Amino acid sequence: MNSTLSKYSLKHTKNRKVFLNGMKDGIPIGLGYLAVAFSLGIAAKKAGLTAIQGLITSLLCNASAGEYVGFTLIAAHAVYLEMAFGTLIANARYMLMSCAISQRTEPGLSIWHRMGLSFCITDELFGITIAREGYINPNYTYGAMFVATNGWAIGTALGIIAGNILPLRLVSAFSVALYGMFLAIIIPPARKNRIIALLILVCFILSYLCSVLPIISNLSEGTRTIILTVIIATIASILFPKNDDEEE
Amino acid sequence: MSGNIYIYIAVMAVVTYLIRVLPLTLIRKQIKNKFLKSFLYYVPYVTLAVMTFPAIIHATQSTYSGILALIVGILVAWFGFDLFKTAVSCCTVVLILELFII
Repeated sequence: MNSTLSKYSLKHTKNRKVFLNGMKDGIPIGLGYLAVAFSLGIAAKKAGLTAIQGLITSLLCNASAGEYVGFTLIAAHAVYLEMAFGTLIANARYMLMSCAISQRTEPGLSIWHRMGLSFCITDELFGITIAREGYINPNYTYGAMFVATNGWAIGTALGIIAGNILPLRLVSAFSVALYGMFLAIIIPPARKNRIIALLILVCFILSYLCSVLPIISNLSEGTRTIILTVIIATIASILFPKNDDEEE
Repeated sequence: MSGNIYIYIAVMAVVTYLIRVLPLTLIRKQIKNKFLKSFLYYVPYVTLAVMTFPAIIHATQSTYSGILALIVGILVAWFGFDLFKTAVSCCTVVLILELFII
């Protein structure tokens, strides 16, 4: 156990480089977060949170849809059990991501790194972590998390304090940064692997349909994401099982 | 009757963390089952694709700039540019286009 602790220690130059690399990739995430969190801050203000409370929530939860649901529940004076359940549903996709990460870490990875990595599982940080080759070096994720989570927390606090000061034009431009990153993660593998390319196309189509069809479009985005992920990934695994020898 | 705001925050933080930490700390071995392996291999691509579209075209003030950001993002990523450059290209396209059409 201690062996992976020292292996990934920041005492090694290599790990510091990986950490810095993570910080660099964390910059666009942090900027995107800043803009998105700004609007989250506005929701937090409506629920009666102070800037400090918003900052704490974002530092501890580090979740977009999850926090949004939380703030609406606070505004509605929900009971604590409702809060627990709402948070669970809104964030359930992180459970799938956590499973996926467990398959990409070194088998003997220390519990401390497992707990640390878990804290970093957001849509974006998960995306860039899983996009790297080989076993995950937690320092990369920590570096990215350091930049991104601060952007997220500061954005939330600013949103509470400043409300609608940021020009709409900038908010609009910033808000696609996150999606740009998602594309940078899924498109390069699609170029090499036709199954993934096809899969992405199918996802776009089904996701669009689910956002306009009656009943299912009433579900929250988080819930739709889970349902679609489970269904599409299940069908893909049955039709195109992955062979051991073609790792990555 | 409304609850204590710090208890609300604590409930959110604990539940959110448990969701993230349980699988990664409990699953210690490489999964051998072929179906599960394939499933977990496809999950990232599927989730990210589902979250990108159609959300990207509703994120901007104008649907057109969102669509253009999607196309530019796909092209830039296709030609192998990194995360930062892809993200910045998308933002720039939206900023420029919306200067003209809004």
